[in-house]
Amino acid sequence: MPSQDGSLKAITANRLRDGVVVFLGADAAWVEAFADAALFAAADADAALAAAKAQAEGEQFGVDVYAFDVETENGVPVPVKMRERIRALGPSVRLDLGKQAAA
Amino acid sequence: MNHIAPGARAGIYHYDEIDRRFVGERVEQFRKQVERRLAGELTEEEFKPIRLMNGLYLQLHAYMLRIAVPYGVMSAVQLRKLSEIGRKYDRGYGHFTTRQNLQYNWIKLEDTPAILNELADVDMHALQTSGNCVRNVTTDQFVGAAADEVVDGRVYAEILRQWTTLHPEFTYLPRKFKIAISGASSDRAAVRVHDVGLLARRNEAGEAGFTFYVGGGLGRSPFIGKLVREWVAEEDFVAYLEAILRVYNQYGRRDNIYKARIKILVHELGLDTFRQEVEEEFERLRGPKYRMAPEIVAEIRKHFAPPPFEELAERSDILERAKATDPAFANWVAVNVAEHRAPGYAIATISLKPPGGIPGDATCDQMDLIADLAERHSFGELRVSHVQNIVLAHVKQDELYDLWQQLDAAGLGTANAGLIGDIIACPGLDYCALANARSIPLAQAISARFADPIRQRTIGELGIKISGCINACGHHHIAAIGILGVDKKGTEFYQITVGGDPTLTTAIGDILGPAVTETEAVDAIEAIVEVYLANRTGEDERFVDTLKRVGHAPFKERIYAAD
Ligand code: HEM
Ligand code: SF4
Repeated sequence: MPSQDGSLKAITANRLRDGVVVFLGADAAWVEAFADAALFAAADADAALAAAKAQAEGEQFGVDVYAFDVETENGVPVPVKMRERIRALGPSVRLDLGKQAAA
Repeated sequence: MNHIAPGARAGIYHYDEIDRRFVGERVEQFRKQVERRLAGELTEEEFKPIRLMNGLYLQLHAYMLRIAVPYGVMSAVQLRKLSEIGRKYDRGYGHFTTRQNLQYNWIKLEDTPAILNELADVDMHALQTSGNCVRNVTTDQFVGAAADEVVDGRVYAEILRQWTTLHPEFTYLPRKFKIAISGASSDRAAVRVHDVGLLARRNEAGEAGFTFYVGGGLGRSPFIGKLVREWVAEEDFVAYLEAILRVYNQYGRRDNIYKARIKILVHELGLDTFRQEVEEEFERLRGPKYRMAPEIVAEIRKHFAPPPFEELAERSDILERAKATDPAFANWVAVNVAEHRAPGYAIATISLKPPGGIPGDATCDQMDLIADLAERHSFGELRVSHVQNIVLAHVKQDELYDLWQQLDAAGLGTANAGLIGDIIACPGLDYCALANARSIPLAQAISARFADPIRQRTIGELGIKISGCINACGHHHIAAIGILGVDKKGTEFYQITVGGDPTLTTAIGDILGPAVTETEAVDAIEAIVEVYLANRTGEDERFVDTLKRVGHAPFKERIYAAD
């Protein structure tokens, strides 16, 4: 796995039946926590995304599948953009809701 | 099924069997469509337009379901049902929006048919809340109660609901189509920023008629509605609107989503050509089929008969005594209570904007309380305003103190209607998949900064409106102070505009200067307010008037001078 900041990608979707945010984890299984998301080198991300899309859509599992940038902060991977940070946690104005609430 | 029983309730339209059967059939269709989607018989591409036609959007964290509240008026029974759904299928709250409706943020696709079924039990649905159709018609939240009302807009909004819902020609328009009606001397419905804005008026003979503004809209290219016809007689109301929609359907652009709204068509054709096309179509259409007979209007009007008001004195001694003993209540009355046309009654605005709160959000407990209070104090009826507040339209002045105490105990007693704390904010990046920046945290920070009720009163009428992207769901273009969230290389920035006006003197605000960060934005708003207070000629010179008089320069200097 490459360690250079900004060159990492992860893959996300919304689960079809309930809309819950999911991430592509190890062994192409979808997981709910960003901490369990698989990280891809930018060069491998396109192929992983195409496979994930085909699988999610083919099995009616997820919709709006896309890849996003990840960086490491103090050794921990975090999404680069606010949009995916909020998806990974929940609304910044309701800390009692979303994935952050379960933690 | 426990349909709402007609009775001594105010202003609620009762569905007939045709409406009920239609809504029921749509729910059943959607149930099967969801089943087929989950089974893989429909692709997302096929399914998405279907779910949107049923008010179901996919947002950042889950599906979002938008419930129609036709012209913003509902019964206590309906609100209680909304609260029940919020508890059962969502996270215990709902969001009231500028479209006078309600959104849930945490809905599951698999639950949606059941939710729609429960809504249908109280004559509610999510139709015409999305897609390229005629959307739910909006109107003045004081309709049927305001002292300055000339014509009751609900009657015509309901006619439009019946006329557009099943109209095959209007289900696949080039783009969404929003109509607003105002029938009072002050415009509380922002009519000139809608695709069609209607001013209902009366001529010298006392007959109702309409002034038509067409081509207003916000979003990427804001336009102020243009005057297409000064007077359309009541009997021609539907024919004239149909003529406009036909011209739009024929010439509106379907090749480019950014140019598809009627505002662009009016702009590109030019007002005169557009008007000529409409007039020609109108001449063709006019005739018995499209004539709105007075009997039909009278039939609909019956549904909106005034509630059984008691004969009361103009002024209430109980109210005056309570005001004299409780200054916080007196302040709420001065700010949130408006004049009613029936003696001894008043219109109360329940602010959904406590300092530091999320504009438009109400918990299910709060909804239940409001439903109870509507039953006890306002003939079981309430309204959602386009500024994201709730209105109890027919409260006895004698009962205002009792009402306010109960509201205040539940965090609903904030006195800021129309003041700087009464901020409109769209969901922004905390929920919305299209957002560039968050809107809610900024609204919270500003309303907390200006929490002091005395300071708010001193500042006076000043609207702040915030959108998280250029779609402008938060109406920022027409705010005295507008804030637009933008994304600059992954960081949230905010662009400030000043001088917008949502009333009949509609104006689009001007950009004050370069976008600023969230913290800077709160300070900038405070600086703008200070410059205004230092420059105004007196308390009766509103912010927008001072701005007109002194121009942008003093404001710019203050905000941008430091760097
Ligand atoms: C959260 C999901 C939402 C989505 C995906 C969404 C999408 C959009 C889009 C794409 C436009 C621009 C349309 C155009 O110019 O053709 C728009 C405009 C608008 N939306 Fe939303 N919106 C959302 C939420 C809201 C909310 C919560 C409100 C009410 C607070 C709202 C009210 C409006 C209004 C008033 C406009 C501008 C008026 C106009 O149509 O010109 N929307 N929205
Ligand atoms: S203005 Fe933009 S961010 Fe706000 S709700 Fe509308 S689409 Fe979403």
